[in-house]
Amino acid sequence: MNRSDELMMDMNPDVIQGENSVKGSSRIHMETKDLTVKYGEVTGVKDVSLKVERNRVTALIGPSGCGKTTFLRAFNRMHDLTRVARVTGQVLLDGVDVYHPDTNPVLIRRRIGMVFQKPTPFPTMSIYDNVVAGLKLVGIRKRQVLDEVCEKALRQAALFEEVKDRLKDAGGSLSGGQQQRLSIARALAVGPEVLLMDEPTSSLDPQSTSRIEELIQTLKEDVSIVIVTHNMQQAARVSDRTAFFYVGNMIEVGDTKSMFTNPKEKRTEDYITGRFG
Amino acid sequence: MRNAFHEYLEELDRDLDEMAQMVIRSVNRSVEALKAKDLEAAERIIEDDIHINDMRWEIEEKSIQMIATQQPVATDLREIIAVLNIITDLERMGDYAAGISKIVLKLGNGPEVKALIDIPRMAEISVELIEKSIEAYKKRDDIVAREVSARDDEIDDLYDQVQRELIAIMLENPGKITRCTYLLWTAHNLERIGDRVTNICERIIFLVTGEMVENVS
Repeated sequence: MNRSDELMMDMNPDVIQGENSVKGSSRIHMETKDLTVKYGEVTGVKDVSLKVERNRVTALIGPSGCGKTTFLRAFNRMHDLTRVARVTGQVLLDGVDVYHPDTNPVLIRRRIGMVFQKPTPFPTMSIYDNVVAGLKLVGIRKRQVLDEVCEKALRQAALFEEVKDRLKDAGGSLSGGQQQRLSIARALAVGPEVLLMDEPTSSLDPQSTSRIEELIQTLKEDVSIVIVTHNMQQAARVSDRTAFFYVGNMIEVGDTKSMFTNPKEKRTEDYITGRFG
Repeated sequence: MRNAFHEYLEELDRDLDEMAQMVIRSVNRSVEALKAKDLEAAERIIEDDIHINDMRWEIEEKSIQMIATQQPVATDLREIIAVLNIITDLERMGDYAAGISKIVLKLGNGPEVKALIDIPRMAEISVELIEKSIEAYKKRDDIVAREVSARDDEIDDLYDQVQRELIAIMLENPGKITRCTYLLWTAHNLERIGDRVTNICERIIFLVTGEMVENVS
């Protein structure tokens, strides 16, 4: 069986019930090779090769418009949805080409979950239904399974204790910070191995932000995380590795501690010390 | 752009330079007082040391405020850390100059035990090395910092020579032991200033390269 077949196998709902599906063991969980994303004639991301290490947090930083979100969205084929962007090069998940014609993008998005800048709960749907929405979508209806997954995902997202007595309330009734954790719980419910976070705290107050940051630290025990952030101190606090992007190029990637004490590239230095950007 | 923050950092550099100049004056004056047996000048140097100490606290406070409010990273962070260390070294140099001045008071107007040649020479080199290290700091020049650090050996050699000479005098004239001991302390203080200069040089290398090195020479 080739690796693409393995991905197709994961379509079986039994495999994805709240557990990580095919779990690799190599240190490199995801990898991009010469990844380029173009919008028409405009190049958003140019020839980026980056390794995402398993159970670690990789932060993407850089000024607005540098291509970091465009790059992030290429990881789970989000650009397929807009049909404006053209992606070339490779994105590998445990060595399997995410863009291979046989690979199912829906399944890929289940293995590589995403959390966005603004919380995205279905506002009128209950908290419970918000969390299990992804599972219901693939036909899982068994109450017991849904209950278990819901509780586990809410616990992983550090939200369970706050909402356990009002799971029937609308998702929209939660505070901004809770809504973002609900969005994280929903992403986790389908058992992803990788979580992409696109500025997950930019619309939150400092207290909610620090809750999400703490959450990231516990979540990385279960998933590999790639986070885009405008807040450099956040990148310094939460990530193990940091990649600096500038006008579509990845300028430097390295251990976060070294990046923030002694970056190798002058452009990285100038950006993180606020000399431009 | 974080203009205001980088202006603060430049201000920190200016403060550091000002403190270094205070220390250089103090070292020069202490050895001048020793040569001239100028007890009044010695007393003033001891009193003035408080200004060096105040300057050190002032710079430290500004640095802490910058860390707390600006979250500096990379070179900016290394600069503040370097400054915090350098001011400690400068402050101690001020103490050594005050220490020499206290010895001047102890020696009073008593007779010379030997002609003062090597001790003033040690002071001259020490001051030159402080000046050069501060220049290297201002220019962010790690090469010069390494050169300056290597020249600490010149001070050490003179110290050994002074030591041998004073011990010989003490052996020949036990009556001169007290006064010779005072001069030994003086030479020792100058030797310590040289060591503190090498600390400063190590911090400059850290600031420029991010590497923490010891015994750069």
